[in-house]
Amino acid sequence: MDKRNLFEKVWDAHTVGQLQNGQTQLFVGRHLIHEVTSPQAFGMLREKSLPVRFPERTFATVDHIVPTNETQEPYSDPLADAMIKELRKNCQDFGVTFFDTDTGKQGIVHVVGPEQGLTQPGMTIACGDSHTSTHGAFGAIAFGIGTSQVRDLLATQTMALGKLKVRRIEVNGSLNPGIYAKDVILHIIKLLGVNGGTGFAYEYAGDVFDSFSMEERMTACNMSIEGGARAGYVNPDAKTFEYLKGRPYCPKESEWHESIANWASFASDEGCHYDDIVKIDASEIGPTVTWGINPGQAIGINENIPDPARLESKEKASVEEAIEYMKITPGAPIKGTPIDVAFIGSCTNGRISDLEEVASQLNGHKVKEGIKAIVVPGSQVVSKLAEKKGLDKIFRDAGFEWRLAGCSMCLAMNPDKLIGDQLCASSSNRNFKGRQGSPTGRTMLMSPIMVAAAAITGVISDSREVFSS
Amino acid sequence: MPLEKFPQVVGQAVYVPGDDIDTDRIIPARFMKCVTFDGLGEYLFYDMKFQEDGAEKEHPLNDPRFTNASIMLSGSNFGCGSSREHAPQSLHRAGFRAVVAGNFAEIFFGNSINLGIPCVSVSDDNRLKLASVIKEFPEAQVIVDVVNLQVRAGDQIIECELRAGARESLLNGTWDPLDELLEANASIESIHNSLAYT
Repeated sequence: MDKRNLFEKVWDAHTVGQLQNGQTQLFVGRHLIHEVTSPQAFGMLREKSLPVRFPERTFATVDHIVPTNETQEPYSDPLADAMIKELRKNCQDFGVTFFDTDTGKQGIVHVVGPEQGLTQPGMTIACGDSHTSTHGAFGAIAFGIGTSQVRDLLATQTMALGKLKVRRIEVNGSLNPGIYAKDVILHIIKLLGVNGGTGFAYEYAGDVFDSFSMEERMTACNMSIEGGARAGYVNPDAKTFEYLKGRPYCPKESEWHESIANWASFASDEGCHYDDIVKIDASEIGPTVTWGINPGQAIGINENIPDPARLESKEKASVEEAIEYMKITPGAPIKGTPIDVAFIGSCTNGRISDLEEVASQLNGHKVKEGIKAIVVPGSQVVSKLAEKKGLDKIFRDAGFEWRLAGCSMCLAMNPDKLIGDQLCASSSNRNFKGRQGSPTGRTMLMSPIMVAAAAITGVISDSREVFSS
Repeated sequence: MPLEKFPQVVGQAVYVPGDDIDTDRIIPARFMKCVTFDGLGEYLFYDMKFQEDGAEKEHPLNDPRFTNASIMLSGSNFGCGSSREHAPQSLHRAGFRAVVAGNFAEIFFGNSINLGIPCVSVSDDNRLKLASVIKEFPEAQVIVDVVNLQVRAGDQIIECELRAGARESLLNGTWDPLDELLEANASIESIHNSLAYT
């Protein structure tokens, strides 16, 4: 029998047929929607008088625009208020399950999917959001789509897509103490480039991914798109099944063994074909921080900001542009760069283990005076669990603001924004110009623990030094 | 019913230099607080074009010579980042009918083709040649030729790339796949029933 990788197996199981232009008509078994990229799609359905083909395969939540400091509707931002009401109406009219703000299940769509057990191995999953790659952590093929494709999925549960190539990225050996999944993925993006993954799905593997928890795998898969790869996945294993057991939308006890056997069958076959293989030595990875305006512009905490004077012409222009925007000194150490804001949250690093890890190290440390530090749990479930464990108190005592669940300052579509050219140490996924809500705002991406270290010292710091005592 | 066919796009071109121009830059997130795509053209590259106090910045899209441009020329990895279709929608509503760039981020490319916006790739050298034609003759007529995979401007005839499937969709007027997807209803039903999950 042909040996196939996971991508090929999932792709084959969901192929409806070939379209005239050579693309595949792919069945997408799980469709997730949110308030920003779905209203126009519902509008198009209404225009064409089409129903939602399989309403039971679509799930909605509200995350991008929700305020993290008010629950009362109408929201103070009338545009945000109109968007949540529109989504509520669309879900009602078309029979789609909506994890609304009063359900206790609302949150960032990529946090909600896995924690509700909606994300399972062997699925195809799509959402009008590029970080849908997160769900690949479970051995699903998951990718971001545009609004016209949201319409296509609502109307037919299928979409037109060209088959991706597969690059296996093995990270072998063991990570040094104080190194996290975020450092691993930032390192991979730095190495392969922000468009190195165009046309590929990334299969993450090797000792490091084998030993990662499901939440660490999600952090890495989440940022696949920052490396240009539309999808990224990890083969399902015992950890995957353990995480899923008992979750609301997972198979019940009586079907469990059968489900596991089915899920395991999607894992890449030993000796299967890959279009490319990259091997990385885990010991080379240090705490990693971005200094520029795309996620590939990253360095180790003990390295210096690049000096364009020493670079070849092609790279030079983009480094100059980034340094000018970031108002940093070429050739200077990144360590010691003053920050104004610290943000812990997002679909990359807003899960319970992220919050637990930081809380366990805070240990009496306080946020430096003058620094605004906020913690935004990824979902209401994360929030409730954290509060049950007393993490909210630990964060508050240390000087962090403890907020309600949502995307918040990752993309600042709600009131949480940078002001002027504030510099934010952020556990999110994008450091694009203006990303955090101010057209001149500056973002440095790093792991949550590095964000906490920066919040405490007021400058970009090595968390291993800050939390050593 | 076939849609409009795009064998070529003819018009004035504007050069927006830079690699890795992300969709947050093309349309900042705060302008996505809307339930339709209407009006997005106004906010194209907004923070690149305007200071926070509303004063104009120096930017090719503020140059009155390019007010009527319908083709955008830019660098590599154009449209990276967020999957927001608001980005190509904004370009289209601002009058752009084709994009010529070093290459394109995957999701942006797909979103644009689905709207019937040809996105063709050119080499770095050729991009600079086109940029210099535009600089010297801002009013030059540029032709993005989807049939022959060329971009022609002034005396320059430049080869470009466009994925075969996308090219065919543009040439045949099948760039919006919905009707074809709907036709497969029976096969859709059968995959739906074959899957172990609902």
